[in-house]
Amino acid sequence: MKKITAIVRAEKLEVLKDALFAADVRGMTINQVQGCGAQHGWKEYVRGNELLVNTIPKVQFTLICADEHVDGIVEIICNAARTGAVGDGKIWVEPVEEVIRIRTGEHGPSAV
Amino acid sequence: MSADNVHATKGERMYDTGSTTFMLICTMLVFLMTPGLAFFYGGLSRRKNVINTMLMCFGVIGLVGVLWIVAGWSLAYGGDGSNPFIGGFDQLLCLPVLNQVLQAAEGTATDGAVYPEIINIAFQMAFAMITAAIVTGSLAGRVKFGAMTAFLGIWLLVVYAPLAHMVWGGDGSFIGDIIGALDFAGGDVVHISSGLTGLILCLMLGRRRGFGMVSYRPHNVPFVALGAGLLWFGWFGFNGGSEFKADAVAALAILNTVTASAAGMVSWLAIERVRTGRPTLVGASTGLVAGLVVVTPGAGFVEPWAALVMGLIVSPVCYFAISHLKTKFGYDDALDAFGCHGIGGILGGVLTGLFCVPELSWTGKGGLFYTGDVSLLVSQILGIVVTVVIVLVLDLVIAAVVKALFHGSLRVDEADEALGLDASQHGESAYPSFSGLD
Repeated sequence: MKKITAIVRAEKLEVLKDALFAADVRGMTINQVQGCGAQHGWKEYVRGNELLVNTIPKVQFTLICADEHVDGIVEIICNAARTGAVGDGKIWVEPVEEVIRIRTGEHGPSAV
Repeated sequence: MSADNVHATKGERMYDTGSTTFMLICTMLVFLMTPGLAFFYGGLSRRKNVINTMLMCFGVIGLVGVLWIVAGWSLAYGGDGSNPFIGGFDQLLCLPVLNQVLQAAEGTATDGAVYPEIINIAFQMAFAMITAAIVTGSLAGRVKFGAMTAFLGIWLLVVYAPLAHMVWGGDGSFIGDIIGALDFAGGDVVHISSGLTGLILCLMLGRRRGFGMVSYRPHNVPFVALGAGLLWFGWFGFNGGSEFKADAVAALAILNTVTASAAGMVSWLAIERVRTGRPTLVGASTGLVAGLVVVTPGAGFVEPWAALVMGLIVSPVCYFAISHLKTKFGYDDALDAFGCHGIGGILGGVLTGLFCVPELSWTGKGGLFYTGDVSLLVSQILGIVVTVVIVLVLDLVIAAVVKALFHGSLRVDEADEALGLDASQHGESAYPSFSGLD
């Protein structure tokens, strides 16, 4: 079992959610996050005073899936979230030791 | 219906019911300005300090409300007018009010009054409230709540009340009569005094921890606009009611109010477009408030085209003060009480010396533009200088006293400032269920 974390542009929230639902991926957790990578901040002005905003709002998706589904899901995320400009985001994959479904008490791949 | 309308069989004059109603409504409008300011300042502050910022304005309503009845009204408007600097002690606790109500109930106007004079108590109270509330803007994010309350309570009685008397006390008053400076609705009494006090205190308190390093963003821009809108609405009572009559001059004051504020907004947006590329809502809100401030000393004295000019000029001046002077001199006037009210008030006072229509002037002296005579302009400048000196000296004294009462510091300690004043001073969360990073 693997955990896939994807940080994508905030405006890609709906697009990515729809693409995952279309591929029958139902379980996900979505956070609002702030951060930076290669994309630097931008300038805002309050009453003429310059502010440098160098952490940028993004959206983070977290999914748990079976090992064999990782590549497929990563491809879906990339296709939905890519714009080609700096700031598209990043995906990483981690191993998961155990997954339990709370309602039934199931362990392992069937709980995913 | 004129105020000289004679109804009573005894030949005595009746109160002008139109003006009575008008002044009662203006009283309510001016009261609305202080909660409006709470939202204006609250939206500009950081999220962790929003309760503290707003409570300083709301709290002022309570503080001034009590002190005004007890002594403020008497010190500002009591006495017999013989003292140039202060009212008197004859109306403490507003004890004479009952007799005045009973007399007014008979319907006859005594001593030439247009409306029952007790209306002035609440009307002027509302002016005192907004003045004290404006001061709090310079100190956002680092002043001890108790110290701020103590300072403003003393300030109300020792600075505001005498200053109101000196400018508006009629014959014999030091600034209004002896110096001959004009202040229609409070550019001097309200805005210069509060803006300057904010500056003095912010210099004494020092800058916020992260000033110059951290970017302070307004945490709720819609609140800023809401506050500006409420201030705007209330200001019509502030300027219109300062004619103390429902007549054409009151109408002129209201017309000039909207003209100057609209010009102020447009001017600010234009500057933003030119200097930073994009117009902002905070900018529009600030520009309109600056326009309101600049027209305040001259609302019932100038022609509409002059109000337009005043509004167009004030925004570049305040913009420059806020974006350049503040950074250059490094004073942390957090929410720009000095930059907007202090500077706007000074500019308005001076421009009134240029544009005051002679026929409308309370002293008979007109502005330079109409008369070619500098004497009004000189009076305006002198009046401003005198106000600055009085306010400066008294502020330093009061601040020293309050500082001593509060363990030698008006400012919260570093840990409390970092945690946020809502948590450290009030133990209250503004938005407990909202998540997200500031």
